[in-house]
Amino acid sequence: MALEECGYITREELEQFGLFPSEERFKQGPVAVIECIQEIPCNPCEAACPRNAIQIGAPITTLPMLNEKLCTGCGICIAKCPGLAIFTVDKTYSGDEATVSFPYEYVPLPVKDEIVEAVNRVGEVVCKGRIIKVLNPKAYDRTPVVTVAIEKEFADEVRSMKRK
Amino acid sequence: MCMRITEHVILGQEETAKLVEITVDGKPLMAKEGEPILAALLAENMIINRYTVKRKEARGLFCGIGQCTDCAMIVNGKPNVRTCITPVEQGMVIKTQYGVGEGDGEDD
Amino acid sequence: MISKEIVIAGAGPAGLAAAIEAAKAGAKEVLVVDLNLKPGGQLFKQIHKFFGSSAHRSGTRGIDIGNQLLTEAKEYGVEIWVNSAAVGLFHDRIISIEKGLDSGEKELVNIQAQKIILATGASENVVRFKGWTLPGIMGAGAAQTMINVNRVKPGNKVVMLGSGNVGLIVSYQLMQAGCDVVALIEAAPKIGGYGVHAAKIRRAGVPIYTSHTIIEAKGTERVSEVVIAELDRSWNPIPGTEKVLEADVVTLAAGLKPISDLVRLHDLKCVYNAAFGGWVPKHDRNMESTQPGIYVVGDTTGVEEANTALEEGRLAGVAAAERLGYLTQTDASALKDDIWERLDGLRMGPFGEKRMVAKNQILAAFPECAK
Repeated sequence: MALEECGYITREELEQFGLFPSEERFKQGPVAVIECIQEIPCNPCEAACPRNAIQIGAPITTLPMLNEKLCTGCGICIAKCPGLAIFTVDKTYSGDEATVSFPYEYVPLPVKDEIVEAVNRVGEVVCKGRIIKVLNPKAYDRTPVVTVAIEKEFADEVRSMKRK
Repeated sequence: MCMRITEHVILGQEETAKLVEITVDGKPLMAKEGEPILAALLAENMIINRYTVKRKEARGLFCGIGQCTDCAMIVNGKPNVRTCITPVEQGMVIKTQYGVGEGDGEDD
Repeated sequence: MISKEIVIAGAGPAGLAAAIEAAKAGAKEVLVVDLNLKPGGQLFKQIHKFFGSSAHRSGTRGIDIGNQLLTEAKEYGVEIWVNSAAVGLFHDRIISIEKGLDSGEKELVNIQAQKIILATGASENVVRFKGWTLPGIMGAGAAQTMINVNRVKPGNKVVMLGSGNVGLIVSYQLMQAGCDVVALIEAAPKIGGYGVHAAKIRRAGVPIYTSHTIIEAKGTERVSEVVIAELDRSWNPIPGTEKVLEADVVTLAAGLKPISDLVRLHDLKCVYNAAFGGWVPKHDRNMESTQPGIYVVGDTTGVEEANTALEEGRLAGVAAAERLGYLTQTDASALKDDIWERLDGLRMGPFGEKRMVAKNQILAAFPECAK
């Protein structure tokens, strides 16, 4: 798999593991994309979800499964994932824009309305992005979550921003 | 060039520490009291701590936890002091160590 | 000579967990000694959120787990001597400590202990290549100590060697500290550590060169260039594939090996286990070694990670307290069963299986000795 050889997950891999939300679900609003495809002993995302939309169960190494009907895309799981592997994507943000929310543990943090360079899973700049919000409440325990608006066509690619 | 990390997303702002003056190879240097000598030097991008006995090769930080002795220097006249685990004190006189530090000490 | 109920060598996660568990059960005179200036072992370098079960503080950063352990240890009256190395281990559980005094001097203290727990951790492996002794080339752990504990950058442009979790995590933390990571080099054809850790640094733009190694580091009195090359299937560099990377730091993350000086001093029977990083002491399900009353926990018994170290420490703490009469067999068994269940969970999955097999081999190698 690409993850083991190159260090990043492809969309095909996510689909293969049943971890990529359906297009129908994307049309209904924000949803979590859990990019976790290796059986590692970890389960905080399961307890983090207020709607029990993420299931792991026993053993603890089971891959997380998202119930896309229950998920509201609230994004609480993003900062709770020790692997920083959960994102939320909203393809209904506006006519031509989608938003992607991602964990971003670097300083300086971007600020609202700032134009940044949105990057894909290998750190390549794919488009400009406009910062919608930057959340860093105490409950996130120093894992800030950044939401960036981008052209809709890049919603499945953009997963972070270039460090400032 | 200052190599100190003043802001950090997880560790927060750098805490203000008491600054003290030490001397490194004859030059004065301000350092944080209690930080490892090696860290005070590294903050100024000074990475060489000693030269080896036979080949006179430069050595510096390698393990950072007092195991390998590559960061040994002459501190207050005493050679072979592991600077990565020795805290800075006001007025310390620190010298690059050549070989095993024989004859380079001030007191011995 | 003074006496203590339990003496623990090493105040990392395993040692502290053992002390807390034993003291919680009622053991008095629990002493932990550590050669570093501060207790906590490597926990205070670990600024990332830990994996594991949400029931057991997973998602908590290592630094915060360290602080929680120190608070608990204090609460239960555990005594900690820092700047104090355990330097000798003798018959009838006598342990010699080179105790650091406030004056800066050291004093040799011999302690008659009823139980001894060895939690001495692991040390970094090195990799040799032409120029590897140049200043600027260091262990990944050394760089991690500088950025996360001392808050100074070891340099600006880093080449990381090794893609295990240490290499991946320290690369990420170097960027959090403000360094650039030029590349991560891995000799094996696959990344060794967790994919999620690799994905974090890839998103940040770090290239990972698998099937590559460092051929040479160049520079006068400090590394300035690193020559890498691709490896063929027999791990030999392929001529013509050399690339030159500019860097002022090279960090080596080539795995760890158990620190077993005390283990060997007292002839605890060992077994070689490659998956665990080298020679490790045999032990039973109570973590008791072949020397009755001497327990071994954490990376000393095989290199794993902080969560397993914590659980093994707890196991020995409970077992020692039981032997000292502070826990009934029933109560102790219930506690130990819980811990073993969690340990088994931590050793599952593609990354845990090898360690599960290794641990079972070690347990099976433990001879039925008189208790």
